[in-house]
Order: sequence, then structure tokens, then C-alpha cells
Amino acid sequence: MSKYSVVGRRLPRVDALSKVTGEAVFSGDIALPHLLHGKVLRSPYSHAVIRRLDVRKAQGLDGVMAIITASDVPGYKKRSELTFSELPHLAKDKVVYAEQPVAAVAALSKEIAEKALDLIRVDYEALPPVLDPLEAMEPTSPLIHQDLYTNIIPNPEPGKKDRPSNIAYHVKINKGDLEAGFKEADMILENTYRTQKVHHGFIEPFAAVAAADANGKVTVWTQSQGLFIARQMIAQFLDLPRNRVKVIPVEIGGAFGGKTYQPLAPLCALLAMKSGRPVRMEMTRDEVLKDSRPAPESIITVKMGVTDQGTITAASAELIYDAGAFPEMSHGMFTSSNVFCQYKIPNLSLDTKDVLTNKVPSAYYRAPGIPQAHFAIESHLDIIARRLKMDPLELRIQNAAVKGDTLPNGEILPRVGFKESLEKMAEYLKQKGNLTGRNRGRGIACGFWHGAVGSFGAYIQVNNNGSVNLILGITDISGSRTSIAQIVAEELGLPLNKVTVVIGDTETAPWATMSVGSLTVYSLSTAVYRACQDVKAQMGSLAAKKLGADPSEIEFSKGLFQVKGNTEKSISFTEIARSTAMTFGKGPVLGRGALDGLPPAPTLSVHAADVEVDDETGKVRIKAYAVAQDVGLAINPLSVEGQIQGAVTQGIGWALMENYIFEKGVMQNTTLLDYRMPTATDVPMIEVLIVEVGSSRGVYGLRHVGEPPMIPVLAAVANAVHSATGVRFKELPLTPEVVLKGIKQRDK
Amino acid sequence: MKINVNGRDYKIAAKPWRTLLEVLRYELGFTGTKEGCGTGSCGSCTVLMDGKAVNACLVFIAEAKGKAITTIEGLSREGKLHPLQQAFIDEGAVQCGFCTPGVILTAKAFLDSNPQPSESQIREAIAGNLCRCTGYDKIVRAIMNAAQAADKGRV
Ligand code: FES
Ligand code: FES
Repeated sequence: MSKYSVVGRRLPRVDALSKVTGEAVFSGDIALPHLLHGKVLRSPYSHAVIRRLDVRKAQGLDGVMAIITASDVPGYKKRSELTFSELPHLAKDKVVYAEQPVAAVAALSKEIAEKALDLIRVDYEALPPVLDPLEAMEPTSPLIHQDLYTNIIPNPEPGKKDRPSNIAYHVKINKGDLEAGFKEADMILENTYRTQKVHHGFIEPFAAVAAADANGKVTVWTQSQGLFIARQMIAQFLDLPRNRVKVIPVEIGGAFGGKTYQPLAPLCALLAMKSGRPVRMEMTRDEVLKDSRPAPESIITVKMGVTDQGTITAASAELIYDAGAFPEMSHGMFTSSNVFCQYKIPNLSLDTKDVLTNKVPSAYYRAPGIPQAHFAIESHLDIIARRLKMDPLELRIQNAAVKGDTLPNGEILPRVGFKESLEKMAEYLKQKGNLTGRNRGRGIACGFWHGAVGSFGAYIQVNNNGSVNLILGITDISGSRTSIAQIVAEELGLPLNKVTVVIGDTETAPWATMSVGSLTVYSLSTAVYRACQDVKAQMGSLAAKKLGADPSEIEFSKGLFQVKGNTEKSISFTEIARSTAMTFGKGPVLGRGALDGLPPAPTLSVHAADVEVDDETGKVRIKAYAVAQDVGLAINPLSVEGQIQGAVTQGIGWALMENYIFEKGVMQNTTLLDYRMPTATDVPMIEVLIVEVGSSRGVYGLRHVGEPPMIPVLAAVANAVHSATGVRFKELPLTPEVVLKGIKQRDK
Repeated sequence: MKINVNGRDYKIAAKPWRTLLEVLRYELGFTGTKEGCGTGSCGSCTVLMDGKAVNACLVFIAEAKGKAITTIEGLSREGKLHPLQQAFIDEGAVQCGFCTPGVILTAKAFLDSNPQPSESQIREAIAGNLCRCTGYDKIVRAIMNAAQAADKGRV
């Protein structure tokens, strides 16, 4: 029997009803009176100088209400556009990636807006694009931005004058003595692995609605992983104080890291301000694919030394990420806290570069940069296991990191359930039996996710019928509303249907960082837990008064406040709630909780993929897939499984089919027929083995859930394909053509 | 011209080359019908036309004339959810919910013609509906459960 009554149960999501009936409101569903329609003019070139940009003809078209170009953006007058991250980069005198926005129009109808785009005259002078990150790193390469200098972390000798470069970020980390470590090894293996650019694939395209009032305040409906970060970004773009921008939450149709980016909302707001009318903008799927912030291509070289017994003595990795045309973020920030962490490696080095090219900028996709890194490292370990004739799972168990180990970034690993997950997987596979049959193979891979935390507030309003409203400032992208409501119900002894979760707007809700890094439920739970304690304390002292006792004598259990040791003297939560709203009552109970500074709770997992390869077509079929992940505690197992199954499916798409196909930096496969993502026929049922080794941090022993299951998939699939075919693929995706070619070479 | 949506006739002002999707969403306010691609490759705009699942983004409004259209808003009857809707809630088959109306309507048309499907038949049937959140596992289970529930209901 669980010690909890609501936490830990497989309960349906609180938002499910509105979603099966079509009532849930997404940003494209918002309608306002006299709405204008906005459209964006985009560059057909990946690299070109703008010789002339003339909007006069378009302005003259009947029904055109506003046009904006870079010169209208107030924020650009304050600071360099290079410092604008995940905002639209309206081109000034040069375009640096295909589909970069050049102008935006608001008009009475979509048709007029589209016609106006045709009337905007832009004279481009095409430049040769820089498309290969390795070439872009050369000092002789043309520069994407004349004024970009490498941000080196940690900094080199102070005062050293650098030259502009296409390397946006360079992060270096060392631990122990690499050379000595390699000397101890009996075998040293070095390989280079490559992954392709992939999209988050959220099914809901970007959309936004904005309205401006006469006092110069703008209200924006936009899908964002954080209301407050969206407010900050839009305010930056418009150069407005933050309290002049109000962001109202809407449902988000899939995000996966891709919807902190605000490609439309800032343009929409500026058009609304300029036209004095509300504006709606929506992207087509073609625009979504071409101008999101997808995951970068990577080139990763791993060198690892092991003893004959399979102990890792040293490892180094050089990771190069193709950042695209703007320095939106640093992948080194993630690699330094997530790579080489799942094993005991006494001596190591990590060198991560984000290199600019004339392609769509890259940014955050579900564990940014880390599935790529794990593809390299976990493939590498698989090769090592085979050379040592060791069971791949055994090799990992032998080297598994444990509590107290020092991570590459110097942090000490807290309690983790890695060994437990590995053992659970070993047991599961034993039960399942070995894979038999021609062209079949099983692949194992592990993953580490450091996790992130944020600063969060939570309010709980007690209603006078004994129900509560939980008021949060964080949008729900993972089922967080339901999990958090379960915690409130648990703490306050209420059934789930007495907890209403309200996601407020930026003027009514308590502060919340944003939904990234798998931090939402992990961080929010502590803030909400504290708000619950606050409610109980306030209600407890009201109960004490009613019962004629001292507040210290009151205890709360199963919805009743009672005097310790005296079951006769009790009063229910509901009765007290009722009394709070009376005219001469005690006033409303409003609980408050806040969180800052909680360290993350690293999450480890192990995956096993069973595949079958058709040696005539090269097609890889995933026959079975299992995940063992330590989630600390599954507040809602249904939701945890759903997150894991979804992530695995995205990973399968990445491993087998998804890819950006470029020509001169222009994406060619811009429909969902050509950018193929997994359908229901491409994946099996996905077995989730939940491991619950409580973390020593935060409440309920929770860990991070959403990103970890994305991390091992690429390697698990590639390792399985190797075990089915004997061919080692070091580059993704494993399309039928690629696999067939590999098989043919093998047979030569 | 007139079209019939969820049992009710509507007079339409739209030009005949407008898509059914545009008319449903922007003229009639049935915003439960979603647009994920506009080119027939994601299934999020799926509605029923005379009981058959179609991608509303590919249907010109002129083709919908005289046909009975069912959108997700028309699936529950007198406040009672359709068994598929209930199964999607219970099984955790709904995450972001953007694909959900389309998947449910595809599944409805499918179960009407094949009330006792196998897992692989279900997977084939919804292969035109992309879902990026769930990995399909719980969607497939929900459809199986709805089929079983309906089956029990018949006996
Ligand atoms: S919107 Fe119609 S199939 Fe995608
Ligand atoms: S639930 Fe999000 S796309 Fe299916």
C-alpha cells in the first residue's frame, strides 16, 4: 500500500476533458473583433546583402494597415541584434539564413497581406553561403557576422585581443590527468560520430494574437514555455518596460524546447501597436520547418581508454554543433553538465564549440545537444564492449557512477538510481529472453540528465465550499497541472476534483521561470508544497480558535483538524473554509509558497531497443522497446509513461528518418510528407519500467522526467542495428538507403 | 450555399474554393478542428463527412455541400461523451491535445467499419494522424478499450 492517497495514482489529466471535446483554446483559436491578419516576408537566400528594401507599393495597397521592417524595431536601436536570442531576427542590410524575416505586414485579410508581401521590393545580392561548420571554423572562412567574437568559457588570458570568428561559444572542461589516464589503458579507441538537424515536430504551428491599447500597452496571446520569459522577450524587442506587456497563456500544442522561441508574437505586437488594431499571425508548416530553432547537426569525436577488465581510465570528447546563423545559445552549457556523467571516469576532457553557418539558427530541443553526445558515447561503449567480448549492459554496470562521484563540472553526484535501473533492465531482459532470428538485434544505451531548476511562486486560494484554486504562472507542456494538483490534493486531504488549477497571466500569476530542462514539476512541487503548508497553518490556527485549543496542539489528517490526542475535538477543512468568507469571519485564506535555489536531481536511465532489419530494403523496424528510468517518485505514472513513450518515439524518428535536406542552405523537404516523422505504424508499444529511488532533494523525492528519455534513444537504435547487421553506423539517420548501403559494403 | 455541421444547417458566405477547414474554424467557429499542416499530411484537421474521415484542409467547401459534417464538437451527445472520448481521457491518450480531435474522429470512422480491430489494424488506421507527444502507445490502447467497451455494450 502506498503511503499516499492521491500522489502516485494513475489519474486522468485535469485538462483532458477540454481536449477531447475541442474546447481547449490554442493561440490560433483566439478571435477578437476587427482582427487583422499578419504575414511575414522571408528571405529566399541563405546569405545575401540587401541592396534595397522598398515597401511603398505594398503600403499603398487597399486593406494594408501596417508594415514593419528592421528599422521599425525599437529594441534594435538599443542593442545589437546578436544579443537577441529566440526572437525574430528581422534582417537589416544582410540576410544570413534562408527564410529569415525581412518585413511583416498586417492587413484586413490574409489574402491582402499575402498580396502585399508580393509588392514589397527587395533587391538581394547573393553571397556564397558558409554551410559546413568545419569550414566555418577556419580563420580563412567568410564571417557570418563581422562583429561576433568567440565567447570562451572559462575565459582565456584576460585582456587578450581576439579576432571576430564564426565560433560563437567555446566551452572547455577538464578533470584529472588525461594523458596519465590514457597511459593506464590497455585499449584506446577513437571515432567520430555525426548527427543531422532535426525539428521538434510539434503538431501545432506557431501562432500569436496581439492587441495594443491607447496607452501603449500590449496584450499578447502566444504559446510559450514561459509567460514571463515571453513577456521579457517581447518587451526587449519593443523596448517597453515589462509591465507594459501582458502575456496571456493558451494551450500549447507540443513544445519540446521549441516554444520558448517567439517567432511571431513580437512582430504581432509591433504590428498591433502600429495599426491600432488587434493582429493574428499564424505560420504555415513550411514556415515552421524553415524558421523554428531546431536541434543542431553535430560532429563529435570521442576517445576512450579502457583496461582489459573493462574499466574506463580516461575519455575525451570534442563536440562541434552547427549553430546556424545566430548565437542563440551555448550547447557547451549543457554538455559540461551532462556528458561523461553516467560513468566513473577519473580523467577526462570536454571541448564544445557552437559554430555559426548560414542555416536556420539552432536552439533548444528536448535535452539540447545531449542525445547527440550520447549517440557518440554510447555507440563508442558498445564498440568497446564488443572488442572486450563483454556484455554491453555488464560493461555499463561495472562503470556506473554512484553517489559521491565527482562530475566533470566539479559537482558531487547526489543519490541516484542508476544501478537500480540497470539491474531492473537486466532482469527484464532476462525474463524476456534473448532475441533470436535473422537480422534481429538488441541495442543498449544509457543516459544522464543533470536537470535544471527555476524560481517559482504558487498561491492557493481556499474557496468557501472547501475547494481550492491553485494559481500558477507556468504553462503546462507536460501534464504539470495534473501532477501539481495531485500534490495539493494529497497535502490538503482533498479529492482531485476539488483542486482547480488556474494558469494566470503575467499580471495575476505568481512568478515562474519557465517550463524547460524538465524542471517544472520538480521545482514547482516544492513551491506548491510550501503553499499547502501555509494554508494548513492558517487554517490550523482558525481551527484552534474554534476548538478552544492552542494552534500548536492542532494536527491535520484526512481533511480534519483535531486536537492532538482528542479525536472528539475536531473540525473539518470545509467547515473552516466556510467560515472564512463570512462578513464577520476571519477573511479569506490565501496560501503562498515560493522556491529558489533548489539544486537539480540528476536522472539516469537505460534503454533497450529490439530491431529487425530488412536486408533487401534496408528498412529498420523497431520490434520492441523498453526504458528503465529512475524518476524518484512517479506522481502520476500515466503521465510519466506518456512522457517517456513520447520521447522515445521522437528519438526513433531522429535515429531512423528525420532530417533537414538543404540546398545552398535552403531547406528542401518542407512538408510533413517529406520531413517524415514516426506514425503509429513505425513504433511498437513502449515498455516503461519505472524505478523509484527517491532523490535527496526537493519534495516527494522527485526527479526530472521529460528530457531524460530522449537521450539514449539514438544510440540504443544504432547499437541494435549493429547487432542485427554487424554494420556500425556512425552517422544518422539510418534511412533504408543508408542501411542498405552499409549491408552491401559488409557483403563485399 | 448551405452545409450541415453536427446536425445543423448553416448558410455559408465563403467562396467555393475555400477549404472546409477554413470555413469550420473561421466562419462557423468550430475551432476544435485543428490545422497542423494544411497539406493533408498530419490528420489534425480530420472531420467526418457522411461518416467518412476526411482531411478538412483538402476539401473545398463546394464539395461539402449537402453532406453531413461531424466535428469534434458534435461527437458527444446531450452532454454524454462518446466512448472514444472517455477512453482517451481514462487511458492518458491526451497530452497537448492538438492532435486529439483528429485522432478521435479518425478512430470513430474506423471503429464504425471495423468494431473489433487488432492492434496493428488500429495502427494502420491512424497512420495518417501524427501525434508528437504520446508515442501512440496510449492512443492505441484507448482505441482498443473503446472498441472492447462498445463490444460489451452490444452483448
Ligand atoms: S491540417 Fe489537414 S492534414 Fe494537416
Ligand atoms: S497529444 Fe500532442 S500531438 Fe498528440
